[in-house]
Amino acid sequence: MAETRTPAAPEASPGPRAPQPPPRTNRLGLPLAEYKGLKTTLCAGCGHNAISERIAEAMFEMGVPPERVAKFSGIGCSSKSPAYFLSRSFAFNTVHGRMPAVATGALLANRTLLGLGVSGDGDTASIGLGQFCHLMRRNLPIIYVIEDNGVYGLTKGQFSATADVGSKLKTGVVNELPPIDTCALAIQLGATFVGRSFSGDKKQLSALLKAAVAHRGTSMLDIVSPCVTFNDHEGSTKSYAYMKDHDEPLHELSFVPAFEDIAVEYSPGEGVEVRMHDGSLLRLRKLEEVYDPRDRARALTRIAESHGKGEVLTGVLFVDPKAQTFLDLLDLPEEPLATLPASRIRPSREALAAIMEEHR
Amino acid sequence: MNDFSIQVATVNGSGSQSANTVLLRALFQMGIPVSGKNLFPSNIAGLPTWYTIRVSRDGWVARKRDVDLLVAMNPESAAEDVAGLRPGAAVIYDQPLALHTRRDDLVFYPVPFDALARGVATEARLAKLLRNMAYVGVVARLLGIEMAEVERAIAKVFAGKKKAQELNVAAARAGFEQAAKLRKADGLRVERMDANRGKIVIDGNSAAALGAMFGGVTVAAWYPITPSSSLAETLISAMRRHRIGPDGKATFAIVQAEDELAAAGMVVGAGWAGARAMTATSGPGISLMAEFTGLAYFAEIPAVIWDVQRVGPSTGLPTRTAQGDLLSTAYLSHGDTKHILLLPGSAEECFAMGAEAFDIAERFQTPVFVLSDLDLGMNVWMSDPFPYPEKAIDRGKVLSRADLDRLGGFARYADPDGDGIGWRTLPGTDHPAAAYFTRGTGHDERAHYSERPDDWEHNLRRVARKIDGARAALPAPVAEGRGAAVGILCAGTSGFAVAESRDQLRRERRLETDGLRVRAFPFADSVRDFVAAHDRVYVVDQNRDGQLAQLLRLDLPADLGPRLRSLSSISGLPLDARTVTEAVAAREG
Repeated sequence: MAETRTPAAPEASPGPRAPQPPPRTNRLGLPLAEYKGLKTTLCAGCGHNAISERIAEAMFEMGVPPERVAKFSGIGCSSKSPAYFLSRSFAFNTVHGRMPAVATGALLANRTLLGLGVSGDGDTASIGLGQFCHLMRRNLPIIYVIEDNGVYGLTKGQFSATADVGSKLKTGVVNELPPIDTCALAIQLGATFVGRSFSGDKKQLSALLKAAVAHRGTSMLDIVSPCVTFNDHEGSTKSYAYMKDHDEPLHELSFVPAFEDIAVEYSPGEGVEVRMHDGSLLRLRKLEEVYDPRDRARALTRIAESHGKGEVLTGVLFVDPKAQTFLDLLDLPEEPLATLPASRIRPSREALAAIMEEHR
Repeated sequence: MNDFSIQVATVNGSGSQSANTVLLRALFQMGIPVSGKNLFPSNIAGLPTWYTIRVSRDGWVARKRDVDLLVAMNPESAAEDVAGLRPGAAVIYDQPLALHTRRDDLVFYPVPFDALARGVATEARLAKLLRNMAYVGVVARLLGIEMAEVERAIAKVFAGKKKAQELNVAAARAGFEQAAKLRKADGLRVERMDANRGKIVIDGNSAAALGAMFGGVTVAAWYPITPSSSLAETLISAMRRHRIGPDGKATFAIVQAEDELAAAGMVVGAGWAGARAMTATSGPGISLMAEFTGLAYFAEIPAVIWDVQRVGPSTGLPTRTAQGDLLSTAYLSHGDTKHILLLPGSAEECFAMGAEAFDIAERFQTPVFVLSDLDLGMNVWMSDPFPYPEKAIDRGKVLSRADLDRLGGFARYADPDGDGIGWRTLPGTDHPAAAYFTRGTGHDERAHYSERPDDWEHNLRRVARKIDGARAALPAPVAEGRGAAVGILCAGTSGFAVAESRDQLRRERRLETDGLRVRAFPFADSVRDFVAAHDRVYVVDQNRDGQLAQLLRLDLPADLGPRLRSLSSISGLPLDARTVTEAVAAREG
């Protein structure tokens, strides 16, 4: 299997073989094929595969140079998926539940990277809950995606900590412990872009991912992603059927990147517009109510209400495009620490002499 | 003259540390070789604590088992402190403790410390603190320490705090005057020497932090744990002073992580991305870092991990010293691992290895553990000033964009140079062929996932070759003596006691020995040669089961094993020469 470094992954590019017009390219002149990965080894119909496709498309459409992306993951089905998109990007498949620390170290070493963490509900909310919490509170620029199916797939179907009360496994086991709402947690802990979506909602997920690329700070996206093998049956609350019935979008999302001419008419009362840090525009057109995702307390209340109604609230739950990031806090230079020249990382002979004098 | 030890017994949190430092510095400034050890409890305030100062004209700095002068300030521990003294020892004590009734074979000097302190400051809290500086004055008078040097030391310790300087000088003088009323009845005296010209006084953790700074550390992540916290804290303050660029930006990121797992993970992530990354911890933290260590070993990522060892297992004795992590660290994590260890045995080596560890980690693309201990890390030592690192920083085998243009591509885990070390690219390298997939799962030379038996074995054997090849590049052992039939082998702070013990064995028992202090694992070939050249080699350990001896047995040819004799001791106290001398003499008959 060819994996990395092959500019195109032919087996992943669909389409007929007849002579074709040149493929559509992005602002870097790259075709979508340059953003693809290996052929997936996950189950056919797995929600994660759709998410992989959306990520590739979002990076393509945003014109992100693939080499600038660093993919991070933990352990589990979700964490295998970075192999299935962006083959030209660096990747680090780390250990179970502890990807946030690795990503943090790497992104401090090289702040010019666009960090993309892919985790699962077990990897984040069970074994990795501590590291997840601390990542959220640092507001390190990173996109953190949870491919949330409520179940451990690779170990063949055990509940994770996002499984809903009453949710039933194929084996008949019923979950009796309350779920951890990773979005509520992320908002409370200080994440500055928090959204929830469904792997089957192409339009919403694409807009969320593109906005996450534009966001400066931690973007946390919890994406319900049904497990067709272990958790897609009647009685599951993370199934395609359940999501069809209970997905409750807060708004209709559209995203206009900064590099496109922004000429969007704005009618007050129709929704909310959020200007992202890089100048791009996130439009949230109201569906039932005007939901302002810049209100942290309101967001938490609305999420709590949705649990009571058995709804899965999706869309942009919270955004603060101007918050200070961990990089600001650490006062880092623009260039990567990793490649600073020796002259900048080894103090002078005189500095050592002065320190020695202080210890005399 | 100039050869004795002082023990100051106080209550933790009573502010005696400054007084003890002044005492030590005054002796140092008089040109007399001196060392100090803090024996403290795991407690913020209230429990007994002891500070020992050893004065040695011969320059010995190991702990001396016998105390020659006790300063008894703590009612809680006084009875036991006095009971433990050798006959003829001297005791300066707080008068109300009436210790003179306890033994008749000691020299007693009662001093009314409360009255002395109250004469300087009436405020109770202040008076309590000044009692400490008063004993400095008493000790100075009785031993012949020059008051001018005491006052110079006070100025240094309380630099920039004029009021504190004045009060402390007054307290020391009060003690000095009071002691004039005492009749000197012991034989302890100091006399000015010239042994410390140019020397500095520094603790091992500060030395390590400075080493890391001059070694070009760019990312550090840590979690507080005794006895390593001061390493990270000194690093932070030193970096803020010396590593802020002219643009006002930090050329480093230091993160206090949520735990040691995260600290290790950040270091691994940063090392992967090309930073010179480090953490500092102690045994319990090392246990938590096991999983990430295995990942870094297998994915071949540079990392520097300082382990300032304390007594374990479990929480153990968190404020006492040991060398109990040798074996577990050498093979940390599950599966097949074997790590490079550096074993500093002085403050100067903490500095040198603090810098060099990054070169080694990046050259061999692997975690490097630096095993210090509480004795070395938290106590102050006389040292020659640290030489500026002359060797250029070695970033190891890294392919640039231009290299990739030339080569067309690369295989991350191939062995093109025959040394087991592959070439790597750094994330962000702007070339379509730069990226590779880093994973803790089985992989082939091109970093592709593989479960093939031959890929697994081929890869892991190459990694073993790589680590084996590091032997010659690591700090060489330090040898002393030549041609004796008996050898004494040790590592780290045991070297202080062993050097003195070899002198004792020579003088007192007419037993010639050769010494070898190893400074790295896997062991240099000269370690094998040393063992082969001696009939019997005593291996000195500060742990229960002789871990250094066990490591030697694992690493050396099997036929050399029978020559090794393990001498291990584990008390939580720094090793003293007398213990080694007695053990060797008993075995040698």
